Amino acid sequence: MSYKLENSQRGEKYNTIFSKISPAQRRNRNARSRWRSRLLLGLYLVLMILPIYWLLNMSLQTNSEILGSMTLWPQNLTFDNYIGIFTNSSWYMGYVNSMLYVAMNMLITICVALPAAYAFSRYTFIGDKHLFFWLLTNLMAPPAVFLLPYFQLYYSVGLFDTHIAVALAHCLFNIPLAIWILEGFMSSVPKEIDETAYIDGYSFPRFFVKIFIPMIRSGIGVTLFFLFMFSWVELLLARTLTATDAQPIGMIMTRTSTASGIDWGTLAAAGVLTIIPGILVVYFVRNHIAKGFALGRT
Amino acid sequence: MNNKVPNNRAWLLVLPMLVLVAFSAIIPLMTVVNYSVQDVLGPNARFFTGTEWFQSMLNDDALQAAFLRQISFSLIILAIQIPLGIGIALIMPKRGWQASAVLILITLPLLIPWNVVGSIWQIFTRGDIGLMGWGLRELGIEYNITRNAGDAWATIILMDVWHWTPLVAMLCYSGLRSIPEAYYQAARIDRASKWAVFRYIQLPKLTNVLVIAVLLRFMHSFMIYAEPFVLTGGGPGSATTFLSQSLTTMAVGQQDLGPSAAFSLIYFLVILLVSWVFYTTIMNMQKDKPPHGGA
Repeated sequence: MSYKLENSQRGEKYNTIFSKISPAQRRNRNARSRWRSRLLLGLYLVLMILPIYWLLNMSLQTNSEILGSMTLWPQNLTFDNYIGIFTNSSWYMGYVNSMLYVAMNMLITICVALPAAYAFSRYTFIGDKHLFFWLLTNLMAPPAVFLLPYFQLYYSVGLFDTHIAVALAHCLFNIPLAIWILEGFMSSVPKEIDETAYIDGYSFPRFFVKIFIPMIRSGIGVTLFFLFMFSWVELLLARTLTATDAQPIGMIMTRTSTASGIDWGTLAAAGVLTIIPGILVVYFVRNHIAKGFALGRT
Repeated sequence: MNNKVPNNRAWLLVLPMLVLVAFSAIIPLMTVVNYSVQDVLGPNARFFTGTEWFQSMLNDDALQAAFLRQISFSLIILAIQIPLGIGIALIMPKRGWQASAVLILITLPLLIPWNVVGSIWQIFTRGDIGLMGWGLRELGIEYNITRNAGDAWATIILMDVWHWTPLVAMLCYSGLRSIPEAYYQAARIDRASKWAVFRYIQLPKLTNVLVIAVLLRFMHSFMIYAEPFVLTGGGPGSATTFLSQSLTTMAVGQQDLGPSAAFSLIYFLVILLVSWVFYTTIMNMQKDKPPHGGA
């Protein structure tokens, strides 16, 4: 009993020997600084959410209420703006189009990036450093530079206004990004694992699919998160490469400004709907992004 | 890291990726190079012009002004976002359900399509229907982003800080998470102040992620297009016209193939050069430390 007591008090004893501040004061001070940082964080979050809240607020109002008076929350709650979007195929097809090309892009990118990243993390080969550097330069290419050539290229091969055209165009920055992130994760897996697997008689494809990919699962999750993010938010290329059949939602939103003014309610509702896929994706990877955001390079 | 095996068959693993990237990067880039040295008057009438377009682009007053605006914009947002991002990462909760909740909330702006970000802020700052515009007017502050260039600039910077600080914060947060608890214990035994812990433990451990953060933020801010385009349309006048917008106006709006191609190449090279100089400087500064990461 007495031993236990001493053990639990050891921390405080330690403090009283070496510092002029009493343990009670120290605890008090820590609590106060914790509250201060909570407060600051809360303030930041509130300021951050405010513009999004305003969009949500407007999407639940009628246009006459939006323009008529300043209301901090919807007085007459209405879902008409959302119903309008979900019952009009030219509206909701925009979401379908966007999701289709994002999904295609994620699939293509991860399939070609996994083996390439493995090659970069495990082997040296002629020109590997140059190749890697050249890949990274593609991340720095402004999409605006590629606007015109893309239009001509995809038009000439007959892919203009298809989902695959946008998916391929987004590979420009997504493949280098994926290889860069995956390479970091793969390099943190010890090489001995590969060697042991080969000694055990695994062929390369079997080892890669059965052992290696499960080991870097969270890395792949984070990579997919980034691929989704950059493909979903990009509009300049997606807009240029599509006309009617594969038009992204971002482009359809510009339709809300008509001769009689802007349809604010529908614009806001469409905006809110573009945020939802993002929330879902973050929710699924929330346990991995904290570690994975550093891209395996801390 | 250092025990890579020489194996040229690894090219086979890289090949599929190479074909795809070549299709979406090399061919278009060659088209741009091709246009930049020619004057295209019609399908069969094109003349070799050499470096003429490059010279005229480098001496173009409007473009020089856009370039200066672009540089100042990138520097301002870096100066705000990097310290703010570090600060937020330091006060984010480390565990429990609050950590997940804060994480999801903070990442939110990153996943909103860029033109929607523009729309959100356009709505938010309007004097008649936006909370911020209305609030400022009620407080008696003259605020109009379509007329006053200063207001437009402040709003675009605020929007970018809102939009991209989460990226810096998340990078720093994951950097902080990788610091072993033993370091903090040692610091507590030494009676290190909070500042000393930050300066000698946290900041050095953050160097790698901060390099990534600065590079990413520089690159993306230098290519910014959709957000200011939707928010201000480059106005008032050309006060917030950045390089990407000048380029798209020239290439798509006016169909000036030669000049816009020359401009594209200069634009691309500037980003490459700045990123390369920054990266090599940092890497040289860290030379005596053991290397981290792959790139």
